Amino acid sequence: MKWNGWGYSDTRFLFNKKGQAEFTGKRYRLSGLIIPGLKDWMEGTFGASVQHKSQATPILNSSSVQPPNLNEAFVEELKSTGVPYSHDAEDRVFRAHDCHDDVVKIVELACKHNVCLIPYGGGTSVSSALECPPEETRSIVSLDTSQMNRILWIDEKNLTAHVEAGIVGQDLERLLNESGYCTGHEPDSMEFSSLGGWVATRASGMKKNIYGNIEDLVVHMKMVTPRGVIEKSCQGPRMSTGPDIHHFILGSEGTLGVVTEVTMKIRPMPEYQKYGSVVFPNFEQGVACLREIAKQRCAPASVRLMDNEQFKFGHALKPQVSSIFTSFVDGLKKFYITKFKGFDPNRLCVATLLFEGNRDRVLQHEKQVYDIAAKFGGLAAGEDNGQRGYMLTFVIAYLRDLGMDYYVIGESFETSVPWDRVLDMCRNVKARIVHECKERGVQFPPLSTCRVTQTYDAGACVYFYFAFNYRGLSDPVHVYEQVEHAAREEILASGGSLSHHHGVGKLRKAWMRETISNVGMGMLQSVKDYVDPANIFGNRNLL
Amino acid sequence: MASKPVYSLHRNPMLKKRDDFEDVLEERRSSSDLRYALRCYTPVLYKGMTPSKASMLKSMVLQSDQLHFVMKQVSTETGKAVDDIQEEASAILEEMAHRLQLSTIRFFAYTLTKVFKNLFRSICVNEEGIQRLQQAIQEHPVVLLPSHRSYMDFLLMSYILYTYDLALPVIAAGMDFMGMKVVGEMLRMSGAFFIRRSFGGDKLYWAVFSEYVKTILKNGFAPLEFFLEGTRSRTAKSLTPKLGLLNIVMDPFFKGEVFDVNLVPVSISYERILEESLYARELLGVPKPKESTSGLFKARKVLSEDYGSIHIYFGQPVSVRSLSQGKIDRCQFNLIPRHIPKKPTEEIQGFVNDSAYRLVRAQEENMVLKPWVLLASLLLQNHHQSQASGQRPGLTRDELTQQAAWLRDLSRQYGAFLHWPDHASPSEVVSSSLSLHRGLVKMSEGRIQLAVEQAGGQVNPGEPRTAVTPEEELLNRAVVILSCASYRNQALHVFLRPALLASALHAASSNHKQEVFNSFSFLRNMFSNEFILCPGATVQDFEEACFLLMKTGELQVTEHEVLVTERGQRTLGFLTNMLDPFLQGYQVVCRFLCEEASEALTEKQFIPDVRKFIIKHLLAGRLRYSEVLSSDLQKNALAALLRLGAVQKMKGAQQGTLKVNKVMVNSLEDTLGGKLPTQKAAVARL
Repeated sequence: MKWNGWGYSDTRFLFNKKGQAEFTGKRYRLSGLIIPGLKDWMEGTFGASVQHKSQATPILNSSSVQPPNLNEAFVEELKSTGVPYSHDAEDRVFRAHDCHDDVVKIVELACKHNVCLIPYGGGTSVSSALECPPEETRSIVSLDTSQMNRILWIDEKNLTAHVEAGIVGQDLERLLNESGYCTGHEPDSMEFSSLGGWVATRASGMKKNIYGNIEDLVVHMKMVTPRGVIEKSCQGPRMSTGPDIHHFILGSEGTLGVVTEVTMKIRPMPEYQKYGSVVFPNFEQGVACLREIAKQRCAPASVRLMDNEQFKFGHALKPQVSSIFTSFVDGLKKFYITKFKGFDPNRLCVATLLFEGNRDRVLQHEKQVYDIAAKFGGLAAGEDNGQRGYMLTFVIAYLRDLGMDYYVIGESFETSVPWDRVLDMCRNVKARIVHECKERGVQFPPLSTCRVTQTYDAGACVYFYFAFNYRGLSDPVHVYEQVEHAAREEILASGGSLSHHHGVGKLRKAWMRETISNVGMGMLQSVKDYVDPANIFGNRNLL
Repeated sequence: MASKPVYSLHRNPMLKKRDDFEDVLEERRSSSDLRYALRCYTPVLYKGMTPSKASMLKSMVLQSDQLHFVMKQVSTETGKAVDDIQEEASAILEEMAHRLQLSTIRFFAYTLTKVFKNLFRSICVNEEGIQRLQQAIQEHPVVLLPSHRSYMDFLLMSYILYTYDLALPVIAAGMDFMGMKVVGEMLRMSGAFFIRRSFGGDKLYWAVFSEYVKTILKNGFAPLEFFLEGTRSRTAKSLTPKLGLLNIVMDPFFKGEVFDVNLVPVSISYERILEESLYARELLGVPKPKESTSGLFKARKVLSEDYGSIHIYFGQPVSVRSLSQGKIDRCQFNLIPRHIPKKPTEEIQGFVNDSAYRLVRAQEENMVLKPWVLLASLLLQNHHQSQASGQRPGLTRDELTQQAAWLRDLSRQYGAFLHWPDHASPSEVVSSSLSLHRGLVKMSEGRIQLAVEQAGGQVNPGEPRTAVTPEEELLNRAVVILSCASYRNQALHVFLRPALLASALHAASSNHKQEVFNSFSFLRNMFSNEFILCPGATVQDFEEACFLLMKTGELQVTEHEVLVTERGQRTLGFLTNMLDPFLQGYQVVCRFLCEEASEALTEKQFIPDVRKFIIKHLLAGRLRYSEVLSSDLQKNALAALLRLGAVQKMKGAQQGTLKVNKVMVNSLEDTLGGKLPTQKAAVARL
């Protein structure tokens, strides 16, 4: 794992000696391949140049890190419990080893010695939720749950599994698959993000149309708080017992306690999976099609609509074609769509689809969806394009790190929005990003693109990417933050929500009050005051 | 309250940067008009535009959620079938919609060129403004907001945009044009769409109308054009802006339906207005002739005279987004479907109002002033002074030239956009201005004066001069005075703030700064229906006035006192005189309301009655300014009194009658006349 970038150490994009882009490692379908279009795309989109490199800080130097602020009494007592810990520069981490009981011990000790605890799962937060608050003066303990990674039991009668909250998404799926099951919860970060983190942020998976979001998947959970352990007494599938206490935990972002164990729904592994894709003449038609699919409640396991910029981006990431035949077929397809069907290459957009389930039903479902798409001018564009689209979500974070080597910084953010405002919001936010970059002296037009990644009855989830070339800027990080802030303001003004699944963290705290009203803030605050009066879970997220 | 002075914040008006002009007629005089009318026209368009025809526009409006919602609502309220209402809506749209055709524009391009070359010496346009506009059109939907002084305005606008290969606008026009059958249709085909003058309670009409405008705007079919002032200003003063259309065009931005809207104020200034004496007659109560095609042809006599030049200044595009930043919380629309009509909140109303004033101010600032405007101001003042003092009226050419040069320098220091030809000598400038306006001035015994004595001037020389009653003679004289005043009015906005301060100093019982400010604030409040004074900007206006007068050494402002310097007397005298007709006018209106107004005075009867009252006073010599006969001034005065609550409109059985609070009106009159200190009036007002 990289300490200063996304993902595995062996996997990254680079420009080889011939100046071609290459994706290293063996883990992904794109790994080991040459991506001929990427260089031109980067140069064309950002005005970035392979000549201008800005290398990342290679290794963490312990002298550049401030010495730890230790609470000696706490450390002494911790030693006696046998819980392993470290305060090396690279770790700065205490490990809650093994089990729920360890966590209970640590939380008790922390309360006793007034130490601040910050739970740490997979470390994939993008909302500054894991940053130590600079105003915190107490000793801070990062409570790493990564060793609590076992499936404790599987209940085949009720189709539930009881799992320790530190487990990482891909391990959970792999282990369940061994028994013929899955959770179906697949956030884009599932390689690294943990079950506890999903609960704490109200995560959403790409196949939520079949399996549901995290709040639909959880049947029971245990959380250790300074007041003690909170859990329900039974596993009834639904209860009318006042407001659901799970909803105090879901989305609490580590401010109330540590989630240690979760019972969640499982499903038999799908018999059949099929990818697909549809090309639309423009984004408007694509959105109209998704809206219709949602209306008829026939959304496939996943459906995502990319705008034109993202379509081009996906195109640039096509690996080198090995046979002349494939390249000939590609050319033919392009000719058919742009010349024969009259699609404008600068307007067309693509939806990627994933169907899952019983084979016959999948084929029937597929037909239904393609029929709807046809009404909106959509043309089926093949399985391969669809599959590649999903693969891209896993490699895109690596690409961000490549960008940083060449003066390009970028990030993604999300929102949810009612159907009638999807188009307006997308247009306004993209335009605002371009506008703000220009205002703040960014020399090159930024990448400002979006995709609709989830459909609901009453609206959709939209995901934005933005990136710009920061050459010539004195403080690019500050500019970046300002642009992101402006983009969020634009989202809210256009009727979008503060977050669909990334959470609030510290990054979006400023908007919480207007988002949930004064009374809402008061309600959350009073829960916090009761559960954690000494602010042991002092990461200062959310409120 | 006068806050601590922040003069340094004021930018120096002398440094106001303005673009240069190019004459578009120059090329027309040397090349083929036909080729010009038929030339290739390929304007740049809005980048987000979905190209579609005028007919598609109509169906988009009829199928909109907004309209459907209102139709259903109207159906439940009236019990009529939705289909019938749909038909009604369709008919409204038919009556309203434009049918912009390039061929009609080409026809106008040809004929107007012929006419323009005949009437005008030049039509000057700031080309940098055109370039800014071109940029703006590509980026966001554009709304053109020209000033409105003449019928010519909107044809002229389209003509200019055609000339510069810019997208032709769709123009909101009053229904009165529709009376002219052929012309009405021609205008429709050149991009005009027609709105009824009043449709207060008609929900359906409002829905069709606002949806029509929004659809044009959102889709970026064409730049939208309308007149903020709502109607032609007969006095050449800017009119209090109307907010309806501005509200409609801002709405799509507030609701996030467009990223931004660019508002482009355009200032059109005429050296000589075609409707000059027509307006004066109208203001004096000779009813305005109903627009008819044949009437327009009779106006052909007008077409053989010299009307000098026209200046069209395309101002800086104003982004609604930046204008509203920090002022409007767009989240307020998040909880209700956007197609359900909602009355704008106070926050939005206030914002639209403020913006409207700012835009009209922007129009004013970029109005080109000709030397004649200054001469008219001087000659008018001279006329009234000589009348009062019984001296011989008029000024010698040297006196006039000397005074004009003085006023030229003063107005430049106040930031006026004055086009004074610096290459010619002042006396040449004066001569040529006078010759262009020879209908309004005369030379007698070597003195230049207003042509009031031959006021029967409109009478043909051949006809025997019929005996005129004193009243008719008075009205005839007033035609000249009002025509002249309309030129002086063009410069009013330059002098307004210093003039209010000068009058305040005159009225205030001491030089105490607070007292002067109170007096200033009272006058400003009183006149805020008469002049463009941005709401809530009293302190800024006061400081601007102080700054200007201090800068030119006419005033000394200390922490507690405002003192007039030796050299300031002349300027302050001039400024006070400039505002005096308005002060007197408002007092007369007050006096009328106190003395003559009966219980049953209706709003309708107000103008004829007050006019009679004023004529009586003028004939008796109790009143100096025949300008006060202007119905515009009378209406504004009444509006001010209504606003201040000194007069109330009755509702119910006595609908339309005016209830006068005589104590309050009386005290306002006394305060205007300087008989009462302002503080008391302020109390009375509350």
